[in-house]
This record gives sequence, C-alpha cells and structure tokens, in this order.
Amino acid sequence: MKFGVVVFPGSNCDHDAYHAAKHVLGQKAEFIWHKETSLAGSDVVVLPGGFSHGDYLRTGAIARFSPVMRAVREFADSGGPVLGICNGFQILLECGLLPGAMLRNRDLKFHCEFVGVRVERTDTPFTELCTLGQVLQIPIAHGEGNYFAPPDVLKDLQDSGRVVFRYANAQGETTDEANPNGSLDNIAGICSEGRNVVGLMPHPERACEPVVGSKDGLVVFESVVHALSSRGALEAASR
Amino acid sequence: MKARVFVTLKPSVFDPQGHTIVEALHSLGYGRVADVRQGKFFEIDVDAATPAEAETLAAEVADRVLANPVIESFRIEVAPPAGARP
Repeated sequence: MKFGVVVFPGSNCDHDAYHAAKHVLGQKAEFIWHKETSLAGSDVVVLPGGFSHGDYLRTGAIARFSPVMRAVREFADSGGPVLGICNGFQILLECGLLPGAMLRNRDLKFHCEFVGVRVERTDTPFTELCTLGQVLQIPIAHGEGNYFAPPDVLKDLQDSGRVVFRYANAQGETTDEANPNGSLDNIAGICSEGRNVVGLMPHPERACEPVVGSKDGLVVFESVVHALSSRGALEAASR
Repeated sequence: MKARVFVTLKPSVFDPQGHTIVEALHSLGYGRVADVRQGKFFEIDVDAATPAEAETLAAEVADRVLANPVIESFRIEVAPPAGARP
C-alpha cells in the first residue's frame, strides 16, 4: 500500500507523515511535489501540515491552485482516501473538498500543545480501528484552527454524522476549556459526504511513537491501512 | 485601471483581531470607539476599457481568490482613469 505525501512550498510535516507511513507502519511512501499532475499510483493521499506558500492571503488559499490538486480532487471524487492534517485540512476547506473555513484562534495565540481529541465516528477509513468516544492525546500546532461554518452547513455536518473529531478533556467531555481555539461545537475534524476525505487540525503523524510523547495518532494511519486491505480483500473475493 | 478591493469578515463572523484592537483602544481611553472590524485591502491594476469592465473583473477575482465567501465579503471601488474629468 502506498502513501502519497504531497509537498507544497512551506509544508513542514511532510517528513513526519512519510516517517509514520514508511518507518512506523512499514508501508510504501512517496513524496509528491505540488507541481506534479499525477499521484504516482498512491492508494492514500496525505496533505501535510505546514505553511504552504507562507500562508499568504489565507491559510491554504494559494495551495488549492497547485497542479497536483486537480489530481487530488479526482482521486477524492473516485472514493480514494485523502487525509488533510492542519494546513492540509485548511487546503481541503479552501478548495471546497470539505465545507467551512478557519478563523484565527479566538485568543489570537499560536497553540502548540497536546490536546484531547475525541473520536466521534468510526465509519471513515481513517478512524475505523478507533473506539467510539476514545480520547486521543495528540498535539496541535496552529494559529488558525478556529473552525467556522454557517449555521445551515454546521447543522448538516452534525445531522449527517460528519463531525469526526471533537476537542475533549481526558474524561471525554467536550467542554469549552478543552477547546483550544474556539472552534464551533469543539470541532477538530470533519469528513466529506463520501466519508473518504477527512481533515483535522491535530497532528496524528506527530504522535506515532512513545519517544515523542504519545502514539495515539498511529491508529489513524493503521485504520486506513486496514480499510484499504479489507477493501482489497473484498474486491479480490468478488472477482 | 486601478480597482480597490476591501475584504472584511462577514458581520455574522466573530473577528478576534478586531475585538482585541477595540479592547486595546478602550484601555487607551478611546471609550467612544464602539467596534473595530479588521480586513484586507488590495489594489489591483487591471487591463480594462471601462470602469464597469474593471469592476466586473475585480469582482470575479475577489470572489474566486481574494476573499473566502464562507467567512468574508468584499466591496470594490474603481478609481477613475488618470486624466479623466470628474
């Protein structure tokens, strides 16, 4: 199974995602420069964190026009699993693969810390090995992660079960104190209608080994490996 | 022709930067400043024959790129061409 990690000018979590896929999980991984027009046969695409194009104009606003994004959109439209982490999530919002937008954190501070992230849905390829309500301890590192969506869009996300992660305390309560940035409804991550495109502000790729303080993020990558393996097995069985 | 694009957060969207600025102004004694909304200003030079054409082009660019319609709205002013009589 091959992870394609897209690299924009200013991406800085590309190596973390590559490391998690290749060295921690033992899967194939390849960097894909943003000027490429194909995804090099990737089975999973990761849009990594960072500051693509210096966050000029708005976070992710310029990256969405990169040539590779046309291929990412086609891959997503055909059901391929796409994970947008932090800046990658912001790019998915800007290009419309996911709904909503990011505002500056409500306290205007850049937050770099471990937070509790409660798993709200296990019916996405990136969470299927999680337990519902499980609280992952994974880090955030962003200045603009204050998720916003108009009331009708927010309601649609909630009603259609597309809020995948919420900020929560260790007890799993989604309190205001546990919300690091002011996101509506404590939203930390959402998915597309087809559930194959997932975006989240926390960094699971930075929490895949005990040596870095937590390996709670690994389940996100294990899940997609599991999802694609079972999909492959099903396809093989139906042949 | 110069078109000016003003991008601001929609009134329904909380502006944490504007809020912080107004609090700072109050602490400086400017109690009469009721509110501040921070935005962005772009001056774009467009190749257009008429102000209307320049405005149409600027609006398209603003809608597609300069502003994020989910959270922001924009306003456009087209400066009269140099030498034009008012």
